Amino acid sequence: MAPLPDWTAAAPAILLGLTAIALLIIDSISPRSKNRNLLAGTTLVGTLAALAAAVGLLVTGTGTNGGVAIYGGQIVVDGMSLFFTIIFTSVAALVTLASYDYLAGENEQAEYYALVMLATTGMAMMASAGSLALVFVSFELLSLPSYALVAFLKDNRGSVEASLKYLLVGALSSAILLYGISLVYGVTGGLSFETIAANIQNSGLTGMLGIGVLMVLGGFAFKTASVPFHFWAPEAYEGAPGPISAFLSSASKAAGFVVAFRVFTVAFGLDIVSSVDWVLAFQVLAIVTMTLGNFAAATQDNVKRMLAYSSVGQAGYVLIGLAALGGGQDALVLGMSMTHLLVYGFMNTGAFLFIALAEHWDIGRTFADYNGLGSQAPIACAAMSVFMLSLAGIPLGGGFLSKYFLFGAAVGAGFWWLAAIAIVNSVLSLYYYLRVVRAMWFEESNGDRTIEGYPLGLYTAVIAAAVVTVLLIPAFNFVADPAVDAAAALF
Amino acid sequence: MIIELLLAFCLIGAVVVFVLPDEYAPVGALTASLFPLVTSFVMWLGFDGSGNAFLEGGQLAHETMVQWISLGPYTINWHVGVDGISMPLVVLATVLTTLAILTAWTPIDERRSQFYGLMLLLEAGLLGVFVALDFFAWLVFWEVVLVPMYMLIGVWGGPRRKYAAVKFFVYTNLATLVMFLGFMALVFGLGDSVSTLDMPAITQAIRAGELGSLAGIAPGTIKTVAFVAMFVGFAVKVPVVPVHTWLPDAHVEAPTPASVMLAGALLKMGTYALLRFNFTMLPDIAADFAPFIALLAVVSVIYGAMLALAQQDLKRIVAYSSISSMGFVILGLVAYTEYGLGGATFQMLSHGLLSGLLFASVGVIYNTTHTRMVGDMSGLADRMPVTTGMFVAGSFGYMGLPFMAGFMGEYFIFQGSFAADFAGSMVFTAVAMFGIVIVAGYFLYAMQRTLFGEYRLETDYTVGRAAVHDIVPLAVLVVLVIVLGTAPNIFFDMITDAVGPMLGGGL
Repeated sequence: MAPLPDWTAAAPAILLGLTAIALLIIDSISPRSKNRNLLAGTTLVGTLAALAAAVGLLVTGTGTNGGVAIYGGQIVVDGMSLFFTIIFTSVAALVTLASYDYLAGENEQAEYYALVMLATTGMAMMASAGSLALVFVSFELLSLPSYALVAFLKDNRGSVEASLKYLLVGALSSAILLYGISLVYGVTGGLSFETIAANIQNSGLTGMLGIGVLMVLGGFAFKTASVPFHFWAPEAYEGAPGPISAFLSSASKAAGFVVAFRVFTVAFGLDIVSSVDWVLAFQVLAIVTMTLGNFAAATQDNVKRMLAYSSVGQAGYVLIGLAALGGGQDALVLGMSMTHLLVYGFMNTGAFLFIALAEHWDIGRTFADYNGLGSQAPIACAAMSVFMLSLAGIPLGGGFLSKYFLFGAAVGAGFWWLAAIAIVNSVLSLYYYLRVVRAMWFEESNGDRTIEGYPLGLYTAVIAAAVVTVLLIPAFNFVADPAVDAAAALF
Repeated sequence: MIIELLLAFCLIGAVVVFVLPDEYAPVGALTASLFPLVTSFVMWLGFDGSGNAFLEGGQLAHETMVQWISLGPYTINWHVGVDGISMPLVVLATVLTTLAILTAWTPIDERRSQFYGLMLLLEAGLLGVFVALDFFAWLVFWEVVLVPMYMLIGVWGGPRRKYAAVKFFVYTNLATLVMFLGFMALVFGLGDSVSTLDMPAITQAIRAGELGSLAGIAPGTIKTVAFVAMFVGFAVKVPVVPVHTWLPDAHVEAPTPASVMLAGALLKMGTYALLRFNFTMLPDIAADFAPFIALLAVVSVIYGAMLALAQQDLKRIVAYSSISSMGFVILGLVAYTEYGLGGATFQMLSHGLLSGLLFASVGVIYNTTHTRMVGDMSGLADRMPVTTGMFVAGSFGYMGLPFMAGFMGEYFIFQGSFAADFAGSMVFTAVAMFGIVIVAGYFLYAMQRTLFGEYRLETDYTVGRAAVHDIVPLAVLVVLVIVLGTAPNIFFDMITDAVGPMLGGGL
């Protein structure tokens, strides 16, 4: 068999894009269709096809040997891009399943799914971006649908307000990112990562480069909802429809991280840029993000808002992947960060989808509203307990393993103080994660709440996420190994 | 493979029972618990191990060793197996789970499938702790145990259940963190000489003196710090006075079956870990600290017994007496003689059965009287003769009546600790023996007031005979206590075979 042409390496992104187009065609043939079987089905098939393509490419070794560079190096498909595409498509599949019930009766379903697919395409392209130009374009391809999706519940003031805040902060950070890119271009005379890496040493303009790097970093801090660009996150996650909160807090965050990982290892690699100490910046970011996220989460009364802040805190842990570089265990540290993002992709998505389920049942948003839910919906609540405990780092799910090895790798790299702060944060986080568990199981339900029906799609999504979260314990090596390999290929 | 099967039965059982309709859950859970029970007996019959699992020359039974995670410099294996110390504890855990599920039939009347599912999950965690030989897997199971117990207390407990559940979780989780830091100091101190977290390999390397200095700290200091950290961490679980305060709260609020599991099996995790970590890995430090640890043990024995003496709540009496009994286990461990270590392990079994028996009896009494206060009732013997008989048998077992398991355990411990060669061992032993007198005091007093004399009950319930399924677990436990008391060798041979190699070096 002749080897496949190079462009097939971009199959996951192509499939996602085609699905989006297919959805738009369906919408133009029968506008305002409420045929959710067709719409959600098309989306799910497209997403799973992209997922299968990404897994297939990764397993068959496309990512090895430096990856495949196509379109003049604009797109690079390697282990890391495939690994992250797997995260994006898995989350998108879960979100699609959940949306099947969540959107029942809504008018603009085709648009919704098309926007989700376009955003996922943007993520997949971000993961494979080989130049800052493509980074920016795919960044916007992800951002613009996201703004619209947050505002999807047009009659809901919270939803619209959240979208507006998201849009304003997003526009500002896009501008910052773009300005940073232009500064870097000015210093290095190129946009592709390789050109930047090649020219960066010869440049004497250290000050300008430093400002450029910091501004690029700011752009990523926005997407990953890291301090100080995290303000939009609690608002947007709280106001958005439940499945979209899951999508943004898991997949979109991971997309921000994949670009940060690639830019800061390939373009501004530590061995290349000695003049700008960006590791220090990431250390500060990591500590501030995890601490602030945790303390803010602990003070919330609204479960969705608590989860929003908790996802800020989790971003702080992932930042260790960049903050603990240069200690001789770069591949392991970065690989564990990637693994944590994958595990997080399932447990955090699951948690937000459980919130979506609660929204579907109309049972309110505070901890008190969840009182006694465990006796009414034991299976969903058991799944939610798995997510909460796994996020907190209790070994009922893969979160314990990824945290353990992430912190362990940081200690091994000599950043024991970073790991110590992370461990303290992780122990403290148990407090607010357990509040959910306590409310669901320990408290008596107040008032007569009735739960109508057990929506199939939402349940399937929540349980699938829980099963994967648990199975990631025995199967940890299957995801951690490719992650470390992919990370190693970058250095 | 059989150990994986054992764990799989528990986990699959937990999931199946969790989704069963409530009315089928009790029978379903009992059936599900029979699979691990039978499997553990098959393991016992096929037991072909010899020596200590952690030490050189130890032959493990039913061992599995496959690579689980391999990342950069870290390798983690799925390494499980049993030796003469863990095998009896595995059997204890499966027996107690089945019986505890039976004791739940009467009192647990809401959200049953969830209750029984958690019981089976708890069993899986417990068994995992006893069979895991790789630190990482062991830690996973150690933490997994917390979750179902936290839920069992918090959902089905008494009036102050939420407070008790959180206190239990926070205490034991913080203790785990302290213990973890201590153990990691050893791992980092060993540096390149051990590349895995395999506990036998680590133990042997430490005993061979391969511990290097870490960040300028001498190996001796690392060992001392690690010993103290691990001791504190495990002492909370045992519990040893003064870190015992979570136990009475947890016990009093916990539903009967959870109390049976907590006292019968969960506390053994603490002493088992002390035996495996502190006393097998760092025997020289243990010897240095021996008088101090013995003092803690004796204080636990006497103070726990005194506290029990002061209680009016039957369940609190049994709870505090557990602290006292676990003090004997610590005394046996610190003695570091064949009888001391063997007796400590044997006492874990006998206390597991006896405290299970007493908690279950108190549970049966409470089910009919709806009070546990000693002052609220008397003369129950006429109305519930069988339960009374079982309770009396359990109490006498606790007091150390010959031909019952408690007598053998305590006898071995005293024989061992009397001959121990740390300073003041005889004095400590003599004082600890006095604890038995106090035990006899409070049990006789409690029995006399509640079971005998004129019939009187302060609550609005009529006392009748307990159901058969309430009596069965009591009867089985009484039989097992007597079997273990008359023929201790069914386990004691195995145990001494496993503790023997520990005495080779160190002390």
